Amino acid sequence: MELTINGTKHRVDVEPDTPLLWVLRDELGLTGTKYGCGVAQCGACTVMIDGQATRSCVTPVESVTGAAITTIEAVEADPVGRKVVEAWVAHQVPQCGYCQSGQVMAATALLKQMPQPSDADISGAMLNLCRCGTYNAIAAAVRDAARS
Amino acid sequence: MNASFPLPSQASAADPFKPSRRSVVGGLGALVLGVALPQGARAQNAAAGIKPGTRVSAFLEIRPDSTVLFRSPFIEGGQGVFTAMAQIVGEELDVEPTRFVIEGAPPGPDYLLLGGARFTGGSMSVRKSYDTMRRLGASARSMLMQAAATQWKVPVATLSTEPGRVLHKASGRSLAYGALAKAAAALPVPTQVSLRASADFRWIGKSVPRLDVRDKATGKTQYAIDLKVEGMVHAAVQHGSRLGLDPAAIANEAEVRAMPGVQSIHRLPGAVAVVATSWWRARRAVEALQVTWAASPSASVRVMPADFSSEAHRAALAAATGEGIAAETAGDVAASLTGARTVVEATYDAPYLAHGQLEPPSAIARFNADGRLELWLPNQAPEMFQADAAKVAGLTPDKVILHSPVLGGFFGRHFLYQAAAPYTQAILLAKAVGRPVKVIWSREEEFLRDALRPLSVARFKAGLDADGLPVALQAVAIGEGPVGRWFGRAADKADDSAVEGIAGKPYAIPHRRIAQLPVDDPAIIGFWRSVGHSMNDYFYETFFDEMADAGKQDPFALRLRLLGDSPRHKTLLQAVGDLSGGWRRGPFSAADGSRRARGVAMASPFGSEVATIAEVSLNGGDIVVHDVWVAIDPGSIVNPAVIEAQVQSAVALGLSSALFEEVVYENGVPRARNYDSYPILPPDRMPKVHVRIVESGAPMGGIGEPGLPGVPPAVANAVAALTGKRIRSLPLSKTDLKGMAG
Ligand code: FES
Ligand code: FES
Repeated sequence: MELTINGTKHRVDVEPDTPLLWVLRDELGLTGTKYGCGVAQCGACTVMIDGQATRSCVTPVESVTGAAITTIEAVEADPVGRKVVEAWVAHQVPQCGYCQSGQVMAATALLKQMPQPSDADISGAMLNLCRCGTYNAIAAAVRDAARS
Repeated sequence: MNASFPLPSQASAADPFKPSRRSVVGGLGALVLGVALPQGARAQNAAAGIKPGTRVSAFLEIRPDSTVLFRSPFIEGGQGVFTAMAQIVGEELDVEPTRFVIEGAPPGPDYLLLGGARFTGGSMSVRKSYDTMRRLGASARSMLMQAAATQWKVPVATLSTEPGRVLHKASGRSLAYGALAKAAAALPVPTQVSLRASADFRWIGKSVPRLDVRDKATGKTQYAIDLKVEGMVHAAVQHGSRLGLDPAAIANEAEVRAMPGVQSIHRLPGAVAVVATSWWRARRAVEALQVTWAASPSASVRVMPADFSSEAHRAALAAATGEGIAAETAGDVAASLTGARTVVEATYDAPYLAHGQLEPPSAIARFNADGRLELWLPNQAPEMFQADAAKVAGLTPDKVILHSPVLGGFFGRHFLYQAAAPYTQAILLAKAVGRPVKVIWSREEEFLRDALRPLSVARFKAGLDADGLPVALQAVAIGEGPVGRWFGRAADKADDSAVEGIAGKPYAIPHRRIAQLPVDDPAIIGFWRSVGHSMNDYFYETFFDEMADAGKQDPFALRLRLLGDSPRHKTLLQAVGDLSGGWRRGPFSAADGSRRARGVAMASPFGSEVATIAEVSLNGGDIVVHDVWVAIDPGSIVNPAVIEAQVQSAVALGLSSALFEEVVYENGVPRARNYDSYPILPPDRMPKVHVRIVESGAPMGGIGEPGLPGVPPAVANAVAALTGKRIRSLPLSKTDLKGMAG
């Protein structure tokens, strides 16, 4: 199977229904994308598929063979992603950090589609769980990234 | 060297990769020359017995580029302790905190800074090591200056430092720390050092940016679950549904063995495991196994009864009789209750809670060629895990090298609890297959084997005088505390972790008896952020409002009045009142037309003092928490930004527990196995959080946990003010508030 991840083509030999998350982590060593729940509840595994924030733990790898997959490892190669990361640093968002790859990817996808989101847009798109409760800092960072 | 522990340098040398050393300076690995004591000096130290927190070489390695590797006795899990260590040590060493690279220290006597033990918990890390860490930094600085003095042949008194350099002002000479590190390392650690005056602090007390934020925002931070060692295979497990069950028969072993990537199938104590070429394949296979379970013959396993239910346990606690073991007494509570004008009584309960840290548990075990066992696992108590792992492997602890990566959340999850972590399985599997093995628990297995915040019931009885003021308070906390469970309980002494938050309150109620009525808990119980306070302050502070209501007192004013003897608490309560724009209980109409009310609560957890106000409304039957105001007095502070972040985080977890969380057991099995059936606070339920730090100058208190305990009672009190309904059982969402005023 051939996948396009962060602009590079990779050949992987896995069962076609393997979740993309585990292909990224175990086959390709891209461990920035996290496993939290495996059932589309937490968002720790969020990547972009053709620009859409997608929960990779429930995405069969066969369904994304023709798509452009972007993971946190390449987030700073994207000008919007870079802005988001800078806002994350400025707002000192992460605590334990485990959810933050997914949060940054969700924010990047949002701002790529909607450069000037309203507060309602932000709360509609930023649905990932954070057990450390960094939600206020996340919202502030997204607002800031949209302004910058 | 000391025979009882692997020295840090050796542990690292055995590393094929150095996960936590991927650093802000990067690319310098090959050039690193550590400050390390010569072998002879090491042997001497070992022979002399090591005094924790004194051997500079165990903690600090100054590299040629003058960056500093610091081995932290405390593990980073988001609470900012690595940054705090860099601030404190850097302040005295005279190195900018940003020049530090920090990793969790290996097991060893140098790091036993909490009364001869070590763990990361109890909000103790900074407050208990503050002086030691300052002296450590100052000692290293003094050694560097001495090395420069020797090299330049000038008196050390003529030298000074600027960040990262020793200066000789008279001659205009200067040397970077990195150039002096090797010579400094050969010097003895000074017995006396002078410390910086606090007025001259540049980093302590300031909002120094955290060292770990950029890596965490770009996915570069590696947690235990992300690590990999050469030649490693992956394993997944299926546990028996109840503790005390072992696998007896497997119906479809041959079929599962034929599944893709499967290498072997194993029967383990309490679980079956599949080893495979990837974790996903291992998981899929292990979950396909059809296992018959049977009672374990092992007497050392705690057995979860097949008929256990959390509801029955709650009922049993509520029905338990007796006065319990007194934890706090004053005056004559019995006589005072008899003479009281009004008597108020209530019984409260709070459920089992799961930690729900976002990183599922994992462990890597590898047997090295020299016979030693090397482990990578999330933990907040390295020596305890090392000792237990040694037992499992049949080795002495010095033959176990343990790595403690940063934690993807912990909240008390990663202490040593029986059957609650995968390292035992990783060790047994690595032995069985002769290769390094990494075990990851699925989220579902994690919910099955987490160590729970205990379920507890508290009974209160108060007497009010003719003026409606409380004069007598009797309270019994019924259940078992985690300190008693894991560190032993004296038969005649109340377990602090069961009564804290009911005992130790600051109010001047002259006649008091606070007690614990111990009842064993069949579940594996553990520490959960703020431990006993996580529920006891809810019980007490909510009952406080019941006393106020019965005596027709405003709850804020009554608190102020009963804090009359304690200026520190009074100041704090006033501070939170001011922060919220002046106390008002409500109900009142907000600008958006909603009817709202406020509740207040105080707590004294982990050496800090906290006052909390919450504002709520109802939306349908749902409680909406709009704002939470927190005034916190940790005595003195290291990093205000980190304190504010920790308060935000504690408010979120406290609110999550107050509103939603509850581990329900039926037939010996937890009902929820993932976040879909164990909801935790989602982003749209997060309130605005306003924090005021009050520095009273009292001894330094904790930061990680204290923001939590005031939240559930402040919210419950606000709900009672809004609806007239007093909710005495958590989580609040169990109570139907539909159709209530609000
Ligand atoms: S791991 Fe994919 S949503 Fe939780
Ligand atoms: S920062 Fe820890 S889970 Fe979000």
